[in-house]
Amino acid sequence: MAPVENTATKRPYDWPAIIKDVVGTAIITFLILTPIVAFKTTLDQGSLTYSTRWERVAELVAIVVAGRLLFHLFVWNRIETTKPAKAVSAEPTFISQIGKYIGPIMLVIALILPFVAHLFPTSDKRIIDLAIYVLTYIMLGWGLNIVVGLAGLLDLGYVAFYAVGAYAYALLSTVYLPQWFGPGVVPWAFYLTFPLAGLLAATWGVILGFPVLRLRGDYLAIVTLAFGEIIRLVLVNWFAFTNGPQGIIVPKATFFGLPFKDEPGGFAAFFGIEYNRIHFYIFLYYVILALALLTFVVTNRLRRLPIGRAWEALREDEIACRALGINTTNTKLTAFAIGAMFGGFAGSFFAARQGFVSPESFVYLESAIILAIVVLGGLGSQIGIVFSAIAIMGSFELFREMNFLKAVLPEGTDPIQFRMLAVGLAMVLMMRFRPRGFVTKRDPTVFLKEKKAVSGDLVSQGHG
Amino acid sequence: MTNWEPNSVLQVERLTMRFGGLTAISELSFSVARKEITALIGPNGAGKTTVFNCITGFYKPSEGMINLRHPDGKEFLLERMDDFLITRHAKVARTFQNIRLFSGMTVLENLMVAQHNTLMRASGFTIAGIFGSPFYKRAEDAAIEKAKYWLNKINLIERADDPAGDLPYGDQRRLEIVRAMCTEPMLLCLDEPAAGLNPRESEELNKLLLSIRHDQDVAILLIEHDMSVVMGISDHIVVLDYGQKISDGSPAMVKNDPAVIRAYLGVEDEEEAADVAPEVLQMVSANKAVPAKKAAQKPAAKKAPAKKPAKKTGGRK
Repeated sequence: MAPVENTATKRPYDWPAIIKDVVGTAIITFLILTPIVAFKTTLDQGSLTYSTRWERVAELVAIVVAGRLLFHLFVWNRIETTKPAKAVSAEPTFISQIGKYIGPIMLVIALILPFVAHLFPTSDKRIIDLAIYVLTYIMLGWGLNIVVGLAGLLDLGYVAFYAVGAYAYALLSTVYLPQWFGPGVVPWAFYLTFPLAGLLAATWGVILGFPVLRLRGDYLAIVTLAFGEIIRLVLVNWFAFTNGPQGIIVPKATFFGLPFKDEPGGFAAFFGIEYNRIHFYIFLYYVILALALLTFVVTNRLRRLPIGRAWEALREDEIACRALGINTTNTKLTAFAIGAMFGGFAGSFFAARQGFVSPESFVYLESAIILAIVVLGGLGSQIGIVFSAIAIMGSFELFREMNFLKAVLPEGTDPIQFRMLAVGLAMVLMMRFRPRGFVTKRDPTVFLKEKKAVSGDLVSQGHG
Repeated sequence: MTNWEPNSVLQVERLTMRFGGLTAISELSFSVARKEITALIGPNGAGKTTVFNCITGFYKPSEGMINLRHPDGKEFLLERMDDFLITRHAKVARTFQNIRLFSGMTVLENLMVAQHNTLMRASGFTIAGIFGSPFYKRAEDAAIEKAKYWLNKINLIERADDPAGDLPYGDQRRLEIVRAMCTEPMLLCLDEPAAGLNPRESEELNKLLLSIRHDQDVAILLIEHDMSVVMGISDHIVVLDYGQKISDGSPAMVKNDPAVIRAYLGVEDEEEAADVAPEVLQMVSANKAVPAKKAAQKPAAKKAPAKKPAKKTGGRK
């Protein structure tokens, strides 16, 4: 393969054609930019005036022309050589060898993170808080992965179940549990409501599942999108029940009844250690780590059970599933319910961590981010989701740190405003160069002799 | 109710299927016997696949009765059942004209999915399975054994861990049949199993079907255009044209039935048809251009009373 590339030579420049092309480019750029850039309207003392910025147009045209010229000189003059199709190597590559150990390595890092957090340049609290944030999204990604990645049902309203879980915790711990069992129950509220939150979310998963069973593709996506919005709008408007947009202040999570407060009977006093706010964060970190691992282990188990195989078979071919006697209705509903349940768990954790819930936390953008994590990770791949969650959520946080950009950017713009733009661009590039996400291979659930990963090209992505 | 012929598994009575104003099948009656291979043949558009879809529940017939009887005497009215329940309870399995394997799953996984209902019960509907119940473990091992039995039978055991989509076309066809067999059917419906196979592959297919008939207590109903397959292995042939049965009987009898020849070639004159009879079926199997010719001459053939020859030859012997 290598010698073929070496023989690639350069074509001589065809100057008339290049000049023609560059002039054409300049004219087109000028025509496009004139209405957009050249005129600027300003509201000047109550009257609308406009100023012209021809020099700015000239700069931009010059940039485009120079770029085009550079492409002509250095890129487009290469002679196209047809590269031989990449041979599929049977031997395990370096990457796949690392792949075997990447899971355990990441687990060890995750387990010791709170104790090595002080090695990072910023404060421990920030690092652990960021890790909690990322782990919440990893868990949500793994939950949504059941619906989108395994069963192949596109769900754009996943945040609804997150909201159900959060509000289940908020309402039960502030209103209903004290009403039923007296105020003494409040420190234990997290542990009592946690299973209920999952159950409620699963119920809503089934409720959403029923009307959409017959829908596929775009139609399914639209209905799930609407469902997510309905839940949010109910939370905003049902003032008597949810306290509307003002939200609910909820008790924070406790260590089995011991609050993380600087007072007698608090966590620090009970164990006779000095009070430090970081205890709360470390505790939350291990809770979300345990929850995420639970999601991982359960999903992995389910994949190896008939129900998990039925989900994947459903994604591959629904009609064949029915011909094999699989009840596709129940199969879809279980996928929705179990996916929603993990969303509900994550939601009640979110509420217990924030100490406050309001409908603003459950906007459509959240669904879109979770879906982006799943798609970017590679549909159905659990390890890919870890990477994509770290990449997406981490890059959001990174923009908060980029204060040096303020020097470059015009006054009044904050780099954080560009994060969605940058992530959007990253997604576009990703879909262009790696359309199936970070991890494209599918792990078979059962094997006779040797476990061979299935190439992503053969795996169907579901029909909705 | 049904007057059961002594040996039959499936009895279709006066089956009619209308799509709006189009009558795809009208008043079709036939039966499929135990441990026999029954072929359903007919020119393109005769309604064969529609019959299949009615039997397997993918369509609900407009009129008529489809009755299935197990050896233990249990009877099922298939036209009233949901498609997946037909496979699950009445034990009818099918394959598709365009292969529908789970191409992103391995060969073994395909066969495991086919045993979904057995495994689902063994896993305590997932609840026991998730806690790693030993009972489920045993059931899964048994399912793998069964998959291995079938893979050995089609010589694909070496490729058990490869994705099904990577297999050659002929192997995919046979894998789909074997996958259907893993549901332990009483009746196996094959929609054009030999379509697109080369002669060697279709020979292998014949062998597989004959060995299934020999070893398993299953009736096979197949749609096929490849006459070498049909004539080679079927015990009983039902011929459809324009949704009506025009002939029904043993291969030898159907081969010489003037009505069948007329349907395939559109010969107007019955005497002439009788003359060309022996060569015709060879032509049908060898020459793909024949159906086109038939289509052109169809209106003429239609004018001839279609019912008459059917009466003459009707009824299984």
